[in-house]
Amino acid sequence: MERTDNTIQTKHKRSSALLFGGLFLLVFSIGVSIAYGATDIDLLTVWQSLFNFDSANTSHQVIQEIRLPRGLGSALVGAFLAMSGAIMQGMTRNPLASPSIMGVTDGAAFGIVMVLAFLPMATTLTQTLAAFVGAGLTVIIVFAIGSASKTGLTPVKLALAGVAIGTLVQSLSSIFALHFQLEKQLSFWIAGGLANTTWNAVYILFIAGIIGVVLALTISKSLTILSLGEDIATGLGQNNTLIKIVAIIAVFMLTGAAVTTAGAVGFLGLIIPHITRFLIGNDYRWIIPISGVLGGILLVNADIVARMINAPFETPVGAITSIIGVPFFLYLARGKGVAKA
Amino acid sequence: MTAKAKLRKKFILSSIILLIAIVCSSLLSLNLGIITISPLEVWQTILGNGTEQQELVLFQFRLPRITLAILIGIGLAVSGAVLQSITQNDLAEPGILGINAGAGLAIVLFIFFFQNTMSMSEGLSIFIMPLFALLGAFTAAILIYILSWKRGVSPIRLILVGIGVNAGFNAILIIFQLKMDPQDFRQVTVWLTGDIWNANWSFVYALAPWIIILVPLVLLKASTLNLMHLSDEVASGLGSNVEVERRILLIFAVALAGASVAAGGGIAFLGLVAPHIARRMIGPLHQYMIPLTTLIGAFILITADMIANNLLSPTALPVGVIIAILSTPYFIYLLMKA
Repeated sequence: MERTDNTIQTKHKRSSALLFGGLFLLVFSIGVSIAYGATDIDLLTVWQSLFNFDSANTSHQVIQEIRLPRGLGSALVGAFLAMSGAIMQGMTRNPLASPSIMGVTDGAAFGIVMVLAFLPMATTLTQTLAAFVGAGLTVIIVFAIGSASKTGLTPVKLALAGVAIGTLVQSLSSIFALHFQLEKQLSFWIAGGLANTTWNAVYILFIAGIIGVVLALTISKSLTILSLGEDIATGLGQNNTLIKIVAIIAVFMLTGAAVTTAGAVGFLGLIIPHITRFLIGNDYRWIIPISGVLGGILLVNADIVARMINAPFETPVGAITSIIGVPFFLYLARGKGVAKA
Repeated sequence: MTAKAKLRKKFILSSIILLIAIVCSSLLSLNLGIITISPLEVWQTILGNGTEQQELVLFQFRLPRITLAILIGIGLAVSGAVLQSITQNDLAEPGILGINAGAGLAIVLFIFFFQNTMSMSEGLSIFIMPLFALLGAFTAAILIYILSWKRGVSPIRLILVGIGVNAGFNAILIIFQLKMDPQDFRQVTVWLTGDIWNANWSFVYALAPWIIILVPLVLLKASTLNLMHLSDEVASGLGSNVEVERRILLIFAVALAGASVAAGGGIAFLGLVAPHIARRMIGPLHQYMIPLTTLIGAFILITADMIANNLLSPTALPVGVIIAILSTPYFIYLLMKA
């Protein structure tokens, strides 16, 4: 008994070390992201602009108006995508569950295209809401199709349902986009990017994020039990339906906010939860926050690479995360138990 | 009447019905468009009594377009039929497996490095392009095959690996696409969703040999396909060297898909739906099923292309969009049933 207590304690120690070390690295990465750009600004100036803002200083203004929202935005988007991937994987016990596999971006793009086509006077807020709804509905439809089939939600089915719904929604979007000449707006969603992250976007991320994160953390303990299997969870007296509903709302908020801001950022939500589980085991009270931190680190750095690789042109950040993520996906696809019908 | 004779009669009947459908659909799409030419005028023009404008529209635009649609439809449909049988997976299809994306990437790279522009339609490049597409398609296929190899190739692993490889190709595609100027970006995007671009006779000549040679080769392998469709055990029990045969057939399927993509872009799901409908009509015997698949593929693509061109006229939609909207519900139905 004592030994188990000890192992649990070392596990907790390790997890909290990872969480705080990760947070430190995340803050540092954001700092680098702010410092690096068309004109490099040294970290000292970055520090001063944050805590000793001088409106006459151009560097300070660039930091406050362009680079800071971009840095914060990419951290939050990365964190939210990773967290919703973690929730999906825990809830469905499906190693491939994650936002990008499930056509979320296509859904968000569809929402935006519809608003631009039929309500050309709509405000940015309306557009954001439409993207939100589009993204959320797509997730729910893909889940429903995967689960409605006779043999249940296998990894292959989830992936195929995602591909099918994604293609369908994309086709519908391109019909409207071509007819109403909105291809340019649509192309942003295909490529994904953080270049135009404004403070408004960051606020929306914050608001949706707080709701999503609080919900996610509230159910994290039940999610651990659910991830052992539904029968076990029911046996332990857990109300699975309620947990799942809360989980879906959390996924909806987190993914919706992330995708609305950044467009297609592929595979981040797939790989981070796997890495986190590999590092700290199966406790979702830790998996969710640590996934968030690691996801933030990955996206902030991917965004730096996206700006650096072919400067002064930006490489789409979604392409970079996909190129990192695809080998990982292939590794999972070859793994035990995934390739079952 | 024996069962065999009955099947043959059913086959002949279905073929005739489909051929009539293809002819009707072709005639309809010959006279529809921004400039309408009535069926009578179409006939007059074919006989050589049309106006100069009618001749131009008919012979230089609409006829090559229909011919291309027929060839591409056949290519993708047969490719899908072969892939479904050799993987024993009803959901296999060149689009889902990432073969189309491989061909698409090769063509985009070709345009990016050698052409500098999408708007070209003359000379040698038309004949070189299918070769590039084939190169890309084979690269994708070899990648998928190696990556899903793990003491044999399990059908489901093949599909999952295909989805992954597809995503990887798309990521590389978007990087190059964004480096093109806006006009080309738009054209490439449209083309990648499936679009019969550059509908002219040169393209027909570039694509036709591939289809004319490969489809009969597939037909010659019909009895092997029959066995493979059942299961690997049956096939090897009856003395066919499963892995070797599978590779040969895979090469045929990939070549058909690659050549079709060069002319028609990444049309998804046509290769999935056409063989399914054919199987419904005539059963799983490939001697009958493959010919019907070609007819169905051609019919679907001509009709979809006609819808795409006239639905929101004057906006011409990419035909791939129409095919996707028509066939994803069926795909989802299959998925839920499987």
